[in-house]
Amino acid sequence: MTARLEEYAADTGLVRRARRGPRRRLTVVLAGLGVALVTCFAINVLLGDYTYTIPDFFRIVFGADIPAATYLLMESKLPRAILAILVGLCFGAGGAIFQVTLRNPLASPDIVGVTWGASAAGVFSVLILGFTGPSLSAAAVVGAVAVALLVRAVGGRAGGQRIVLVGVAITAALTSGIHYLLSRASIWDVQVALQWLAGSLHAADWPRVRIVALCLVVLVPCLIALTRGMQATELGDDLAAGLGVSRRTPDLLLLVAVLLVAVAVAASGPIAFLAFMAGPTAMALNAGRPTIVGAALTGAVFTLAADFVGRYLIGDINVPVGVMTGACGAPFLLWLLARGATGKRAS
Amino acid sequence: MTAPELTEVPAEPRRPRTGPPLGRSVAIVIAALLLAVLASMLVGGNMVPPAGIFDTDHGDHGIFVKRWDRTLFGLAVGAAFAVAGACMQGLTRNPLADPGLLGVNAGAAFAMVTAISFLGIHSLGQYLWFGFLGAALATLLVHFVAGFGRDGATPAKLTIAGAALGAGLSSWTTGLLLVDREAVEQIRRWQVGTVAGRDSDLLLTALPALVVGIVLALAMTGALNSLALGDDLARGLGRRTGLDRIAIGTAIVLLAGTATAVAGPIAFIGLVVPHVVRRFVGADYRRIVPFSAAYGAVLVILADTVGRVILPPSEVQVGVTATVVGVVALIWMVTRGRVAAL
Repeated sequence: MTARLEEYAADTGLVRRARRGPRRRLTVVLAGLGVALVTCFAINVLLGDYTYTIPDFFRIVFGADIPAATYLLMESKLPRAILAILVGLCFGAGGAIFQVTLRNPLASPDIVGVTWGASAAGVFSVLILGFTGPSLSAAAVVGAVAVALLVRAVGGRAGGQRIVLVGVAITAALTSGIHYLLSRASIWDVQVALQWLAGSLHAADWPRVRIVALCLVVLVPCLIALTRGMQATELGDDLAAGLGVSRRTPDLLLLVAVLLVAVAVAASGPIAFLAFMAGPTAMALNAGRPTIVGAALTGAVFTLAADFVGRYLIGDINVPVGVMTGACGAPFLLWLLARGATGKRAS
Repeated sequence: MTAPELTEVPAEPRRPRTGPPLGRSVAIVIAALLLAVLASMLVGGNMVPPAGIFDTDHGDHGIFVKRWDRTLFGLAVGAAFAVAGACMQGLTRNPLADPGLLGVNAGAAFAMVTAISFLGIHSLGQYLWFGFLGAALATLLVHFVAGFGRDGATPAKLTIAGAALGAGLSSWTTGLLLVDREAVEQIRRWQVGTVAGRDSDLLLTALPALVVGIVLALAMTGALNSLALGDDLARGLGRRTGLDRIAIGTAIVLLAGTATAVAGPIAFIGLVVPHVVRRFVGADYRRIVPFSAAYGAVLVILADTVGRVILPPSEVQVGVTATVVGVVALIWMVTRGRVAAL
């Protein structure tokens, strides 16, 4: 009897130890990403074509008026950096939710077509309807949600392959639609549309930051409420239902992810690759376990870094952030892939 | 009579149980080709009577000559895209494989934009070669990267690698286009995918590569059948899988690269046509490849014909109409569960 009890005690100890390892790893990863985020933010805001000292930065933020410096910081650098963080969080979290819920690393919003739905709606409204500003954003959100509903209705959710197939089909259709619109429009409009399509933060201002922040304030609590059942949904529909998670939870999660991505696309254009890249990267850091918070932070770090490099470090041209993330992200993901870091769950 | 002749008598391959008999399939595909060519000759902004086709004195004969070039071009490009798609799906055992998805189109577009904005090349005949080069490099790179790691080039890894490379290259392309306004002007007409306004010289330039590609693909259909069983079984059946992969890859590069370079990225043909064909003639690549060629050609020229009349007075490029047809077909197949696992 006592021997058996001791065995049980040893067992629970084993389980606890097995659980503690990943949890500690997650804490370390999140802390590391947090530090990286703060560092990137500081670099973005303080350095560049005009260098601020840290005391100056706080003086300006709390109201000191230094000619030129205050304007540059408050109207250009700060909103841009904050928008970069917000958009990065949205893309990272949205992408990771897609990949985890659909149990397929390929099923990120850019490949399933959601990002392209927003882009196509945006290009259409710029070129044909002549929208700018908030109405453009609204059009992008409508486009993303419509495409997501279509993909979900046709592709179903079970079996990752099928939804990716449908998503790829719809992405191809939307891409050729975009090319068609571009081939007919006047060259000036094409430049505007291309700038937006590339994904760039150059138009960042406080109203835009406010809209994205407001959307995040609404969406994040929904997300937190929904992610409780997330680990169970990863096991598949039947097991999740058995564990007491509503079948509707994954759909609601996906809807939140679609809205996150759509809001981000509306604010900055489709920043290539961010949603696709953040999830697997965070997962590789976290020893192969998915983490949505980690993915969101990764997205924000990537956006800040890419924006800074594209803006200041490459000659005297302003490379849009989407071009940077796409150009650096592809080799990085290819490297991850070659190392087999994502292969563990790539089924 | 020498001994080898006796052994050369081929064993009649047993007809797969799926699909109608071969004779009927062949008759249907020939009829479809004839109808599509006829429609492509007669229908357009100017509807013309069939009387003018062979009569050189007829007033509308000039239109026929133009349309004949265009139709030939569509036939060649359509066959090339569809066969490339079929080979890719067989090679990667991946129902998603398509020149667009595995980064070939993106590679071609990037190479062409680079050629236009850095090397100052402006004629289609010249930057065709860059498109071809880009497509070839993209294909090689995707397979090379996916081949790393423990279990080699699995379908999932290939697709991720292709999507990654495609997205990355599109970003570079967009970046270059943002800087160079002239390149935008040239590339946006190519990027939508069209068979119109190409002269017959261009087709003659591209034709050798396409013919070699198709012949190679037809020669490798046996290898595709073995590869469909998995690498280990194929090796057990006496295939040298490495060589087979290289030969099929060469065919894919020749076909997809050339077709993309001359006609632009017409994305859907390679994905949809082999799926539909597989449903008609079964899973035997000795049939899938030739039938894909024929139906790809039919799809492209029909899509081109529809594009001429759907939004008068302007024309909708074949890249758009083929995509619409492709999406509808694919969604129909998916909802009915017809997308068979390979």
